[in-house]
Formats: sequence, structure tokens, C-alpha cells
Amino acid sequence: MTSREQILSDVRKALGRTAGQAPAAQPKARIVIPTIAVEERVRLFQERLEVLGGKVHRAATYADAARVVGGLIEGTAVASNAAVLRYAGVTAMAGVSSGYGDEPSLRAACASAPFGITGADYGLAETGSIVTVGANEARLVSLLPPVHIALLSKSRMLTGLDEFYTLHPRPALASASTVFITGPSRSADIEMILVRGVHGPRVIHVIVVDEELI
Amino acid sequence: MSLIQIQQDEKIRSTVADSKIQRAVYSATARLKEKRSEVVSADALPEYQELRTQANLIKKHTLENLDFYLEEFEKNLTANGGKLIWARDGKEVADFILGLAKERGVKMLVKSKSMTTEEIHLNDHLEAHGIDPVETDLGEYIIQLAHDRPYHIVAPAVHMTRLDVADVLEKNLKVEREEEPEKQAMIARRTLREKFLAAGIGISGGNFLVADSGAVTIIENEGNARLTTSAPRIHIAVVGIEKMIPRAQDLAVFLKLLGRSGTGQLLTVYTSFLSGPRRAGDADGPDEFYVVLMDNGRTRLLADSEKRQSLYCIRCGACLNACPVYRKIGGHNYPGAYSGPIGAIITPQYHGIKENPWLPFASSLCGACAEVCPVKIDIPKILLELRKEVVESRAADSDSFAERKAFQMYAWMMRKPKLYALAGKIGSKLAGLPGLTSFGPAAKWARTREVPRPAAKSFRDEWRDRKKGGR
Ligand code: SF4
Repeated sequence: MTSREQILSDVRKALGRTAGQAPAAQPKARIVIPTIAVEERVRLFQERLEVLGGKVHRAATYADAARVVGGLIEGTAVASNAAVLRYAGVTAMAGVSSGYGDEPSLRAACASAPFGITGADYGLAETGSIVTVGANEARLVSLLPPVHIALLSKSRMLTGLDEFYTLHPRPALASASTVFITGPSRSADIEMILVRGVHGPRVIHVIVVDEELI
Repeated sequence: MSLIQIQQDEKIRSTVADSKIQRAVYSATARLKEKRSEVVSADALPEYQELRTQANLIKKHTLENLDFYLEEFEKNLTANGGKLIWARDGKEVADFILGLAKERGVKMLVKSKSMTTEEIHLNDHLEAHGIDPVETDLGEYIIQLAHDRPYHIVAPAVHMTRLDVADVLEKNLKVEREEEPEKQAMIARRTLREKFLAAGIGISGGNFLVADSGAVTIIENEGNARLTTSAPRIHIAVVGIEKMIPRAQDLAVFLKLLGRSGTGQLLTVYTSFLSGPRRAGDADGPDEFYVVLMDNGRTRLLADSEKRQSLYCIRCGACLNACPVYRKIGGHNYPGAYSGPIGAIITPQYHGIKENPWLPFASSLCGACAEVCPVKIDIPKILLELRKEVVESRAADSDSFAERKAFQMYAWMMRKPKLYALAGKIGSKLAGLPGLTSFGPAAKWARTREVPRPAAKSFRDEWRDRKKGGR
């Protein structure tokens, strides 16, 4: 008997079930989406993220957002392939590199750049999180550089987890990797003392942009 | 009395006498308790009880239909391009990883925090075969360098002070001595960054397996799990079969509970939902993605419809922080990887009650664990059931040993009148459970007083009857 057969057979024996037997009716998923006006969502998001040591900026347009980025970065930055960064003009800024086609060069760039710039597919107001789904967001850009800067469209500011899982009941269909990022990397493993930037970024800036993308 | 038992006694005594450890563990668990209470209060989270009930219901349903969800998970993971490996025990997990490492010429691998791999001593197996596993969670890394073992399922190095950490880093990494946690963390960041970028395989655990998505969900705060699962070419997630949930949508419930219960966070810093290797067009991510589904005693536990709920655990650690016994005797006096109340119920069930007959007695039955458990596991009830089994089996003069062990617990509880009163209050609130009144040093109580249940029928008899009745 293979391990697969053995485990499945042990499980069935323990449960008194037979192979191919349908499961009992699933409990209904609990999804409750509160009604929160968009400005209030942004306010809540900012409050939650800043408690964690993140910083929220506001910009009317993507061009304004690029100016905010310009004021934050010094030296080099690596930008993900998110379309919004090109649209905003971030990828054309001095010192910003992007469009890495192969992994070794992306990795090398992320390992040395002091700033990583990404888009964010959603914001979650209740927790102060940003969400990245999809191929254009390299994982390492929001992970290796010590400072992470993300551009988030205000229209993508969701109330929280429940709304996200309503829009993406199966996130795996859209991407091999969906990540919620809630503040800067942290640890309290030594004497419960908070330390930021243990493996991921020490600082996170989220620029919330009013302009709607068509 | 065996040598092991004498040593065990001695260990407990020395922990209780060690004021440094007592202070460290007491204050850390107090902080975690307090932070949890703030974020699950009726003001902060009015739906808290409803979330707990739903979480309990989902876990119950999933485990009752586990074979179905295991196969569904396999189907969806495979469709995503991932590979599923079934492992009956720790040896099969290690054999698979060793085989793959050999095939791919991998000599060093990075690991993110995983209690499951602790449970099977994976690192020992790998090291014995010339593979170097590097722990990357800050606490786990320090523990590994110190050749120690985790003290707490959420805070592995909670028993060490920053001066201990300074010693460990200085001695093992040959760096200048640093006594500030911030600087110590930066030493670890620098050292481990190189490892992440050089490792051929990344091994993670998994907090949830999502059947409808073929995905593994991993939560963490440092970013080391993201690095472990993103930087190396190969990602292997080693996960117990009980971590299954049916749908991604169920995470809306579990994620709200897990961060809050564990560390008082609304969400941990990173929540990764990983459903296979990198896809065409992905800028990065592993080329190969394996999920190792491990049994290692879990199916044995599944058969008992009452004790099955032990498998609902989402490893938040709240029951450890709440437990007066854990806070006193610490994490290293529990055998196996899991300490505290959850360890006291799963370790004897995974590995057999005969090995550690005293374990179910390492509790005051005050009920604090059940009160904080986000998935509503009735830990005291299971402890009672296990005590009964110990006494019935009379394993290796268990009753006299268990009795003695329980008396020890009782003795130090008595020395802490405040704690005793609180424990008694909570205990007596739990309807149907004997509180501390039956925990007194009456002669032979373990056989004659503690074991009888308050109910006329024992759990076991009731279970048998229910089963006969077609349930
Ligand atoms: S038993 Fe409950 S409280 Fe304890 S670690 Fe598991 S889920 Fe958390």
C-alpha cells in the first residue's frame, strides 16, 4: 500500500467513510461586509497602518504620487513591473530600475537597492494591509529592500478581509502568490522588545491615489 | 521509578527555582495575554464569539469529511502545477526531502518556523545526512545556534534574555558582542540574507491548507517565511493533514482569530497564500512547489469523535499564555515539540499515552485554556478523558507517578494563594467539570477522586453509546 492509500484508508476507517463518498453539507462561509464610506476607509487604513509604524501619503493623481516617490527615495530603487508604475512615470525616474526579465538580475537588483517600489492591488481598511495579487508584482521587490513604497488607488480600498474574499473567492485562479502586507517587518523574539526590519523592510510607505485608473 | 522520571522531576524543580526564567516567561506571557484581551474584547471585536463558533464548526466539518478534502486539495494543487507528497510519519518526510536534495545537489536549505518539522526532528535527520538546515525565524535561529529547543509555539526563545542572545551570537557567529535586540536582529538579518540567496531549497510549515484552491497559507511577522518560499528554486511545505480548511473564504474567519489570539495583532505582518510554482510571466517565485501532507499519529486521533477536536488547533499559543502550569513549569518540561495545554493533549495522543503518563496531569483544570481557545477546543474535558485512560491502562506504574506529578503542581499552586483562588473561580464556573476542590491532596485521589466524572456516564461510554446509535 502506498502512503497515500494508507493515509486515506486510515482516515476513512477512523471516520466511518468510504472512498468517493460525498461530504456532508458544508457550513455556509461567514462573510460580512460592513458599509464604510471610501474616505472613512482611507482614514481607518491610515490609522491602522501608522499604529504599526507604516506611513500613509495622499496624492490626487499618479503624477503627484510619482512626486511623492521622488521625495522619498535617495540613490537607487527597484520598481516592480506593475503597469501603474509606468503610467505614473515612476519607472522613468532617475535611479529607478525596473523591467527585469530574468530572475538573477531582479534578485541582484533587489538585494542591493535601498528602496523597492510596487503597486498594490487592494488596501484593507480594517487592518491597514495592502494586498498584492498577480504576476506583475515580483515578490522580492516588496521584501529585500529595507524600504518599501507602494502605490494604491483609492478606489481599491476595501473594507477588509471579507470584501477581499468576496472579490477573490479563489485567489489561486489569479496568481500563484497572494500576499497581505500589514506594516513593516517586525519581531519581538528577544525579550518581547519590538524590532523592525528583521528580514523584510523596516519602513513601509503607502501612497493612496485619488485618480481612478480606466 | 525510572531514571527518566527522576530526571523529569529534577528538571521541573530547577525551572521553578530559576528566577530568571520565571521572570522572562511570566512577563512575556502576561504581555501576550494582555494584548490578546484588548483585541478580542466586546468593544474591539463584537463578533468574536461568533467567529469562534464558526471556526469550530468549520474545523469540525472538515475533519469529519477529511478524506474528501485531502483529495480535493490534491486535485487542485496538482492543477496549479504543485506536487503532493503523502507521508505517514517523520521518516517519510525526511526521506523525501533528503532524496530531492540529493537529486538536485542541494547541500544547504533555509527553513521558516514550523512546529511540524520540530515534531519530527527534521533537522536532526537532515544533518545526519550531510544537509545543513538553517532556521530563519529570529527566535528559531537563536535556538538553533544555541542547540536548544523552542520554549513556546509562538515565541520560541521566550526563556532567553538579551544577554543570553548576545552570548550565543558572539560565540557562534564570531561577531562583536551586541546586547541590544535591534542590533542583534541586524546581525541575524545580515547573516541569514546570504543564506536565503544561496539556499537550494526552502522549507516552510503551513497554517492552513485550502482545499478549494490547492493552496498553503502561511502567516508570520518577520518576512523570513516569504523569503524561504520565494528565494530558493524549490519550496517544500510540510504540513499536518489536520490543517485543512475547505475554502479560501473561510480564511476570513481564521485569519481574524489567529493573529489576535496569538500576539494581539489584527493580522500578522505577512499572510502568504501560495498555490503552486511560479507561473508563466511571474517575475520570481520557486520553480518547484511541493506540499508534504503528514499523518504521524493524526489519523489515530481522528477515530475518537470526542478527542478529535484536539486536531482543530491553529497553534495560536493563547492557551500556553493563559495556563498557570505552563507559566510555572515552562516549555521545556513538556516532552515533544508542543508545550502547554495543547501539548498536554496532543503529545500523548500522537505518541501514545504510555510514553508520558503524567502529561495529562500537568494541568490544574482551571479552564483558562478553553476560555481563550479561538477554535473552542474543550481542553479540560480531553485532559480528563486522557487521565482516565492513564489510570485504566496503569501503564508503567503510572498512577503513582502521575499522582506524584499532580501533587507537585498542586503544591506550587497552593503556594500562590491568589493564583489558586483565580484558578478555582474559573474552574468552578465550568459546568460539569470538577474544579480544584477535587484537586486536593486526598489519599490516592488520582484513582479514587479525580478520575470519576461529574456525569453519570463517562465520555467514553457516552461515545460508545452514541456510536451504536448511528452517530
Ligand atoms: S489549543 Fe486553542 S488556544 Fe491552544 S494553541 Fe491551539 S488553537 Fe490556540
